[in-house]
Amino acid sequence: MSYTIEGSTGPWELVIGLEVHAQVISKSKLFSGAATEFGAEPNSQVSFIDAGFPGMLPVINRECVAQAVRTGLGLKAEINLWSRFDRKNYFYADLPQGYQISQYAHPIVGKGEVEIELADGTRKTVGITRLHLEQDAGKSLHDQHPTKSYIDLNRSGVALMEIVSEPDMRSPEEAGAYLSKLRQILRYLGTCDGNMDEGSMRADVNVSVRKPGEGYRTRCEVKNVNSVKFVMQAVEAEARRQIEVWESGGTVEQETRLFDTQRGLTRSMRSKEDAHDYRYFPEPDLPPLVLEKDWVEQIKATLPELPDARRARYVAMGLTPYDAHVLTLEKETAAFFETVAKGRDAKMAANWVTGDFFAALNRLKRDITDPPVTAENLGKLLDLIADNTISGKIAKDVFEIMIETGKAPGEIVEERGLKQVTDTGAIEKAVADVLAKNADKVAEYKAGKDKLFGFFVGQTMKAMQGKGNPALVNEVVKKLLG
Amino acid sequence: MRPTDLTLKGALDALNAGETTSVALTEAFLEAIARLNPRLNAFVTVTAEKALEAAKASDARRAAGQAGPLEGAPIAIKDLFCTAGVQTTAGSRILGGFVPPYESTVTANLLRDGAVFLGKVNMDEFAMGSSNTTSASGPVENPWSRANNPDTRLVPGGSSGGSAAAVAARLALGATATDTGGSIRQPAAFCGIAGIKPTYGRCSRFGIVAFASSLDQAGPVARTVEDCAILLKSMAGFDPKDATSADVPVPDFAAACGRSVKGLRIGVPKEYRLDGLAPEIGALWEQGLQWLRDQGAETVEISLPHTKYALPTYYIVAPAEASSNLARYDGVRFGLRKTEASSDLRDLYERTRAAGFGQEVRRRIMIGTYVLSAGYYDAYYLKAQKVRALIRRDFEQAWGKVDAIVTPATPTAAFGMDERQDDPVTMYLNDVFTVTANLAGLPGLAVPAGLDPQGLPLGLQVIGKPFDEETCFSVGAALERAANFTALPGIRA
Repeated sequence: MSYTIEGSTGPWELVIGLEVHAQVISKSKLFSGAATEFGAEPNSQVSFIDAGFPGMLPVINRECVAQAVRTGLGLKAEINLWSRFDRKNYFYADLPQGYQISQYAHPIVGKGEVEIELADGTRKTVGITRLHLEQDAGKSLHDQHPTKSYIDLNRSGVALMEIVSEPDMRSPEEAGAYLSKLRQILRYLGTCDGNMDEGSMRADVNVSVRKPGEGYRTRCEVKNVNSVKFVMQAVEAEARRQIEVWESGGTVEQETRLFDTQRGLTRSMRSKEDAHDYRYFPEPDLPPLVLEKDWVEQIKATLPELPDARRARYVAMGLTPYDAHVLTLEKETAAFFETVAKGRDAKMAANWVTGDFFAALNRLKRDITDPPVTAENLGKLLDLIADNTISGKIAKDVFEIMIETGKAPGEIVEERGLKQVTDTGAIEKAVADVLAKNADKVAEYKAGKDKLFGFFVGQTMKAMQGKGNPALVNEVVKKLLG
Repeated sequence: MRPTDLTLKGALDALNAGETTSVALTEAFLEAIARLNPRLNAFVTVTAEKALEAAKASDARRAAGQAGPLEGAPIAIKDLFCTAGVQTTAGSRILGGFVPPYESTVTANLLRDGAVFLGKVNMDEFAMGSSNTTSASGPVENPWSRANNPDTRLVPGGSSGGSAAAVAARLALGATATDTGGSIRQPAAFCGIAGIKPTYGRCSRFGIVAFASSLDQAGPVARTVEDCAILLKSMAGFDPKDATSADVPVPDFAAACGRSVKGLRIGVPKEYRLDGLAPEIGALWEQGLQWLRDQGAETVEISLPHTKYALPTYYIVAPAEASSNLARYDGVRFGLRKTEASSDLRDLYERTRAAGFGQEVRRRIMIGTYVLSAGYYDAYYLKAQKVRALIRRDFEQAWGKVDAIVTPATPTAAFGMDERQDDPVTMYLNDVFTVTANLAGLPGLAVPAGLDPQGLPLGLQVIGKPFDEETCFSVGAALERAANFTALPGIRA
């Protein structure tokens, strides 16, 4: 059943497309050698090119081009071997050249696709219209002085990829899933860090509504939405606003809007009449960008495994689809899991990572990039279970001690004498003691109270401080009662 | 011979022979500048102290056996080239007080080869003009004057009017210049000297204040074709800081000056025989072709059918690019800033740009903005780009038949400072023979070849194939030899 919003005149469908700006991971800017690190002192990473000084010229950064190609390949898109930069002209204090160098008419990447999965398990393909490279503007700081604006040009000239989707999404959930999936793919590719709160990924959301079966109605663009949650909220808020306009006999005007996260509403930023005339024309300082097919093929050959492929591989390794999904959400988690699982039982590794390990992360409010237990040590713990050195139950205690002390599991087991007892003689002695102390219970058991079997096992384990091998203890209890 | 009368080649020979020093030459030129510049206004900044220091350092390098190809030669730099630590204004109020912390690649190359900079020379504002009357530093006077009316002050041409006037008046051995539609060749012709706009991409544009990026190209002006060849050799070369600079070897241009033109096929474009072409220009053109035939070249009539669209095309493409290139002069980071207590950002822009840009620059920014605007782009800019491709194709087809093309450099000799100032379109006609080389990216060399009835110099132009400046120099030197141009301007050191 497709998503609709019920208005006073009946159900309305949503039509959503996203333009995502993703900051390219690169050491230097798109057209200059200045650094791109986040959080540096204002105006400390600015070359004369980024500041638009007279006589300065842009020179394309090869690594940024490779990143765009990598991203295009990751989105299963056409790579345009011939593309071109254009100038987008407008005046603003944080745009030093008075124009932004962008790819308007001939982008480097053409049509591609992203597959999303929704909560109910349905899968859907969202089309990618294009991806192009462009330079970012600087940042205007309006809150530093009562009457003046401050300008930080550190971001000026940093490479961005603008990734434009087809208007293929039909619900807030789909829009959220698309943005999450796109972010996941870029992070796997290592082409964008996806840090939305640092602004390295932001979305312009295009929304329109229509009656089922209709063609497209006028859309509005909600600018600069910077989280998955806000995208979903902005879609719904904007759709509801438009429905109200249509249903009260009005007409939705094409315009640019902003999402007020406090009030959960969109408000008008500028109308179509106020839209800039950007006077695009081919950037005469840069020749067309011509890529060699071999170079693109080389990049393709070194592309990392992407989330969908990795998830399928995990399922093939015996993981549940859910565990495979959870473990592949972040590439760091997947890498952690793979280290734990390497040469070991994959299912058991997945259980430990998604179970005790995730629980510890949550409890300690730590991140996968700063784990309380290393993947290597968690792997060693699994080895100790597998070779019967400790039981699964003792392992949970060892895991907690590993978190507290940071020590390797072998060392902990050794120090604390937690090694499992597999000596049948010792176990027989312990069982015999338990049976002797509980002669009344033995009699009840023999009279047919089968349930007491577990009691004898438990008492034995207790007497052995949990170190008895559970299978052997069971076996011996059965034998001695028998 | 007085040092200021030396050619660049002559001065380098004298330096190499130990007959003079860079300090002696530099002092002589500085003295001449001090004497004549108040009248000519060719220099906007004279860096006398720096020049003398540089000359001393140069003499020391020469003494140490480390002389570069231009070691010790005093030259002038067009104020469009950014020079580290020396004010660079591009002839505009908006760059008043701007001292770049960086050196343009072309001037850095000249310094590397030992040149001594006397100072910065005047130009039309942002290189927009054909008369050097649009400069914020005031007009430059042509050192030549009419025999029958010596009191009428003449323009040196533009936009490199300061470069051409300085070299013609012997205030420098040579000068850097730039050419977007004729800005090297027209002033060279007006001032009776040589000048070459090389192939687009031959010289780096890094550090040159941009006018129209797809057309701008640096080149030298000097008193002989060979001097131009020597200077261009130092100025040219691939620069990784300019994505449009060409990664091709730089040949020995001076050697090409001595090459015979025998067997060369010289194209004569019939479309350049304009209606109303001054008879003395037509006669000089025919004379030039005869000189080349006399030296064994063959002249061939060719057709460049889209020539008549060249000027309109140029006056769409160049202003379009300029309107964008000049957006950075906004009063925010450098140069002029005009603001009131109540100014908001928009007001700052408006005040700064209104006060900073002269009339011609404002006109071109408006034309450029217009032709790129929504609804007009296709009819103007896009169509102009298409015509530009056709003009380029005209030349490509011609190269199947000829090795070089010879045309007049300008439709007239130098005009009076108060003439032709009312109608910009008449002014734009100055570029009629030169813009095509810019639109097609080809090298074009202007050579002084004769005098008009008033005793004013007239030039011929040699257009070559892409990156074949050598043939331009061979043909230009052949014309120079035959013309034996020995006339001198009235005002000179």
